[in-house]
Amino acid sequence: MPAVQETIDQVKAIDVDQYKYGFVTDIESERGAKGLTEETVRFISAKKNEPEWMTEWRLEALRRFKTMDEPTWARVHYPKIDFDELYYYAAPKSVEGPKSIDEVDPELLATYEKLGIPLREQEILAGIKPENRVAVDAVFDSVSVVTTFKEELKKAGVIFCSISEALREYPDLVKKYLGSVVPVTDNFYATLNSAVFSDGSFVYVPEGVRCPMELSTYFRINEQNTGQFERTLIIADKGAYVSYLEGCTAPQRDENQLHAAVVELVALDDAEIKYSTVQNWFPGDAQGKGGIYNFVTKRGDCRGKNSKISWTQVETGSAITWKYPSCILRGDNSRGEFYSIAVSNGYQQVDSGTKMIHLGKNTSSRIISKGISAGRSQNTYRGLVSAHRKASNARNFTQCDSLLIGQDCGAHTVPYIESKNSTATFEHEATTSKISDDQMFYCQQRGMSDEEAVALIVNGFVKDVIQQLPMEFAVEAQKLISISLEGSVG
Amino acid sequence: MNANTPITHTQAETGLIARYDSARAGFAGTDAVIALRDAAAEQLRRKGLPHRRVEEYKYTDLRAFMKSSARLSAAASADEARAVLEASDGFGDLGRYRIVIANGRFVEALSDVAALAGEGVTVTDFTEALGGDNGAALLAIPASAEGDGTLALNTAFVQGGVMLSVREGAEVSKPVELLHVVAGEGAQVTRCRIAVAPGAKLKLLETFAGNTSSGETNAVFDYDIADSAELTVTRLIDGDGEGARLFTTLARLGSEARFHTLGFIAGPSFVRNQQFVAFAGENSEARLFGVTMARDKALADQTLIVDHAVPNCSSREFFKTVLDDEARGVYQGRINVAPHAQKTDGEMMTQALLLSEGPEMANKPELEIFADDVLCAHGATSGQIDEDLLFYLRARGIPEDEAKTLLVLAFLSEAIEEFGEDDVTGMLEERVRAWLAARS
Amino acid sequence: MLEIKNLHARIAEDGKEILRGVNLTVNAGEVHAIMGPNGSGKSTLSYILAGKDDYEITEGEILFNGENLLELGPDERAAAGVFLAFQYPIEIPGVATMEFLKTAMNAQRRARGETEMTIPAFMKAVKEKAADLKVSMDMLKRPLNVGFSGGEKKRAEILQMSLLEPKLCVLDETDSGLDIDALRIVSEGVNKLRSPERSMIVITHYQRLLDHIVPDVVHVMSRGRIVKTGGADLALELEKSGYADYVEDAAA
Repeated sequence: MPAVQETIDQVKAIDVDQYKYGFVTDIESERGAKGLTEETVRFISAKKNEPEWMTEWRLEALRRFKTMDEPTWARVHYPKIDFDELYYYAAPKSVEGPKSIDEVDPELLATYEKLGIPLREQEILAGIKPENRVAVDAVFDSVSVVTTFKEELKKAGVIFCSISEALREYPDLVKKYLGSVVPVTDNFYATLNSAVFSDGSFVYVPEGVRCPMELSTYFRINEQNTGQFERTLIIADKGAYVSYLEGCTAPQRDENQLHAAVVELVALDDAEIKYSTVQNWFPGDAQGKGGIYNFVTKRGDCRGKNSKISWTQVETGSAITWKYPSCILRGDNSRGEFYSIAVSNGYQQVDSGTKMIHLGKNTSSRIISKGISAGRSQNTYRGLVSAHRKASNARNFTQCDSLLIGQDCGAHTVPYIESKNSTATFEHEATTSKISDDQMFYCQQRGMSDEEAVALIVNGFVKDVIQQLPMEFAVEAQKLISISLEGSVG
Repeated sequence: MNANTPITHTQAETGLIARYDSARAGFAGTDAVIALRDAAAEQLRRKGLPHRRVEEYKYTDLRAFMKSSARLSAAASADEARAVLEASDGFGDLGRYRIVIANGRFVEALSDVAALAGEGVTVTDFTEALGGDNGAALLAIPASAEGDGTLALNTAFVQGGVMLSVREGAEVSKPVELLHVVAGEGAQVTRCRIAVAPGAKLKLLETFAGNTSSGETNAVFDYDIADSAELTVTRLIDGDGEGARLFTTLARLGSEARFHTLGFIAGPSFVRNQQFVAFAGENSEARLFGVTMARDKALADQTLIVDHAVPNCSSREFFKTVLDDEARGVYQGRINVAPHAQKTDGEMMTQALLLSEGPEMANKPELEIFADDVLCAHGATSGQIDEDLLFYLRARGIPEDEAKTLLVLAFLSEAIEEFGEDDVTGMLEERVRAWLAARS
Repeated sequence: MLEIKNLHARIAEDGKEILRGVNLTVNAGEVHAIMGPNGSGKSTLSYILAGKDDYEITEGEILFNGENLLELGPDERAAAGVFLAFQYPIEIPGVATMEFLKTAMNAQRRARGETEMTIPAFMKAVKEKAADLKVSMDMLKRPLNVGFSGGEKKRAEILQMSLLEPKLCVLDETDSGLDIDALRIVSEGVNKLRSPERSMIVITHYQRLLDHIVPDVVHVMSRGRIVKTGGADLALELEKSGYADYVEDAAA
C-alpha cells in the first residue's frame, strides 16, 4: 500500500527548507592538506597503508588528470571548480581503521540513527525478520566508519568491507578488478576519483553463492569544503547473486560540495547484481545556493554469459547531478536494466541516463526513465544504446517519460541509438507532458488538496520504477519524491 | 580537445581556403556581403570542416569524407544545361513550371519566368540580388543554425541561385520545379530564397540532375512562409555522384502558416539534408517527412531542428530509412520548445530497416522543452525485416526477393502516403521500386 | 440543502456566457432531474457546483446548507459533501483504484476532523460496496479508469459515491455509454443511496435513466436557464415531444 498519507504527514512535518538531513554533526575531524597535489595523493595512500602499486596507480591517475579538461557536453551550468581549493581527505579523528561497533564514536552512531540507519546489529535484529536484514557499510566523509553483519556474511563466503580494508586484506582481488570496468582515464571525474578516492565499499560474492541479505552503503558528507570521492567495487563470481543499496545525504551548507564517486560492478557467468540508489544529497536552498555537485561514474560489466546487472535509481538530491549508470553487455545472453526516477525542483540541474553497450550475442536491455521537473530546475535524460558488429539479436526497449510541473522548468531528452548489427532490434519511446488540469480537478473533487493530488499522480507516474526497488526502499523513495516536490504547485 | 590549439588543415581544407582566396575577387555581392563571406571563410580557416567532435556532425564527418577540394564550377551555356536536363527524368510528365540553375547559376533562358509572372510569382537572379541594398540580409541565418559548418561553406562560396516571390493570396496552379543541373566538373554552391506572401500557396519540387562531379554540392533553400501561407516542398536527392551533397533548409513560418516537406534520398555517396524550421507566429503547422535509401558505403543523413518559439504550433516529423550493404544512416531530430511556447504539439518518429548485415544506423531524436503545457513525444526503432511477415508472404507463394520488396515498399510508403502529395506519390514509390530492383 | 440563486456564469477563457440566471432549490432527501438539449448548460452547472475553475461566476450565489459554496475550493466542497459523478471519468495512470479510493476517503475524513479509517475497515467497506456494483477485486487493483470500459468507469464512479457517502450527489449523464444491464446495476447502486438526509441532482439527456431512478422533481434546462419544472411525468412528456419547443421558447 503506497505511502501517500505518510508522505503528506512528512511534508507537513518538515520545515520550509524541505531537506531534513541538513544537520551537521559536530565531531573532531582530521583533514589532509588542501589542494590536489602529489603530496595529497601520497598522504591519502599512506593513511590507508596501501601497497606501493596502489600509490603508483593513484599517482598515474593524478598525472593523467592534470592533462584533462572538464567536460562541457552535459546540460549543467556551474562556476568552474578550483580543485586546489578543496580538501580531499577528511575523517572523524576517532576513526583509525576498522573497529568493532562498540568502539565507534557515539556521536557517529547517533548521526546515522538520526538518518534512520541503525548500525548496532542487536538493534537491527530486534525488530526485523532475518530475511529482511540489511548489512550496512557506513561511510562518513572520507572513511568507512563501520560495516555491520560482517561475520555472518563471512560464513556465507561473502566479503563485504571497506575498500581500504580490501586493499589490505584481499589485494589480489582488488588488483584484478579495480579499474577494469572504469579505466583510470575513463573520464575527467573518474580519473580524479582514481587519484584521490579515500574509501567506499568492496563486495565479493563467491561462485554459486546467493548473498543472504541485502548489502548497503550509506554515504554522509559532513565536513566543509571537502570533496567526497568514494570508490565501490562489487564482484559477483559465477552464478552468484547480490542486491546492493546505496543511500546518501549531506548537511545544508551555503557553498557547493563536490562528490565524485566511481562504482564498478563485475558480473561473471550466470551472476546477477542488483544495484539500487536513493540519492538525496543536499539539493541547495530555495534560492539555489549551496548543494552537492554530484559527478558520478557508475558502470557494470556483464562479463560472463547469462549475467545480469540491474540499476535502479531514485535521484532527488544534489544541486547538479551528472550520472549515467551503464552496462557493458559483453557476455552472450547477458542482460542490462536501468530504472530511474529523477526529480528536480528549485534550481537543481539533472543530467542523467544510461549507456547500454551491446557487445555479445543475444544480449538484451531495458531502460525505463521517469523525469519530473518542477520549480526552476532542468532535467535531462541522456542515454546511449548501441549494438556492435557482433551483437547479433541484441534487443533494447527504452521508455523515457518526462513530467513538467510549472512553467519555469525544463525537461530534455537526448538519446543516442546506434545499431551496427541488422539483427539488433531497438525500440525507443519518449513522452513529455504535464499533470493535466482534469486529473487535478478530479482528485480535488474527491477531496484531495493540491499537494495530495500531485503526490498521488506523481506516484502513479513513477510506479513502474518504484516496483523495482526493494520494499523498504520503495516506501522511502515515495516519501522522498513527494517531499522533493513540496511547494511545486499552487 | 583544447579550444586554443590551432587546427592542422587537411588537404581539402587547405584547398578550400586557397579556392576562397583566389575566387574572392570575382564574387558577387556588396561590401557587406563580402564581409559575411570573409567571416565564413575565417570560420573554415579556424575550425576546419565540420567533423565528428562537433556534436551536430558526430555521425557525419565531413572533414574525414572530403579528401580534396574541387574548383568552383564554371558557368554552363544554356545548350550544355539543356542537354543534361533532357537526359534527366525528373518528375516525368507531371505538369509543372520549371526554373533551372546550371552550375550554380540561374539560367533564365530555360526557366518559365513569364508564365510564373502570370501566376503571381516573381523570379529574380540571386546573384543580382546579392549586389542589391538587401544583399547581406539574404545571407542571414537563424539562431539555431549559428556556427553550422555547411552553412558557412555556402555563405563563403555561394555562386548564385534564384529568388521566388509569390504574391499575396496567389495560389500557383502547378508545382514549380527548381532544377539544379550540373554540366561538367566542379563544385556548385547555391542559395535560393522563396518568399510566400500572406495567404499564398506554392508547391515546390526540388531536383538535381547530372551530378557526377567529385566537387561538392552545397545548396541552401531559405523559405519565408508568411501568415496564412502554405508551402509544400518535395526534395529529390538522387543520382550517383561521389562528391559531398549538402542541403540546408531554413524555414520561417508566420502565424496560421503551413509548411509541408519530404526529403527523399536515394543514391549519392554522401548526403546531408539538414533543416532548420522556426515558428515565428502562432497556430502554424510544420509536417516534415523523410525517406532515405542507402547502399554500398554511402552515408545518408537527415538532420533537423524544429524551433517552437511561440505557443500553439504543431509539428510532426516522420522519417524512414532503409539501409543495405555497408551503408550508414543518420537521423538527428530535435524539437525545441521555448519558455512560454505553451500548447506546443510535437511528435517525432524515426524508423530504420537494415536489409543486410553490414549497415549502421544512428538515431538521435531529441526533445528540449522549456514550457509545461505541451504534448511532445518521440519514438525510434531500428531492426531488420520482420521474419514472421516474410514467412507469411512466402507461405502464400511469394518469392523471398519479391516479398522483401513488398515489405520495404510498404515500410517506406507509410511516410510517402502520410506526406500525401498525390502528384508525386506514384513517382516516388516507383523510385523506391527501382532502387530495390537494383539490389544485388 | 442546496439553493442556487440567479446564477450567471461564463467560460473564463473566452467569456462565452453559459448560465443566464439559474434558480434551483433542492431540499434534503429530494432527487431532482435536470434534462435539456445539448449545450443547454447542464454539465456546466455540475462543474460549477463542484468548483471547476474554468468558469467565472458573474452573478448570483450558491448556498449549500446555508454556506456559500462558491467560496470553497473543490476539495473543501468534496469534504463538505458535494460529489460529482463525472460524465467522462478521468484516467490516472499508475494509481490503483483501491489506492485512489483510500486516499480520497482519508483526505475527506481528515478535512472533517475525523479519524482515518483503519485498513481492515476500509477493505471491508470497499469489498461490500464493490460486490453490489459488480466491481471485481481485479478491477480495483487496476489503475483508476485506465483501460476501463464505459460501463466499468460509471460503476467505479458510483462505487466512489457510495464509499464517500456525500450529502449531495450530482450525476452528470451517468447513463451515457451504458448498456441495459449496466444501467440497471448503476441505477440500483444510486437508489440504494437515496435517503432523507441525501439529495441528488441527476443530469441526463434521455428519459430512460429516470425509469430506474425516479425523480421527485424534473427541470428542463435550455440556453442557460431552467425553463420548466414539473413532476416525474414531465420527463415522459419530453420523451414524446422532444426539446424543440424549449429551444425555441428560450430563443424567443
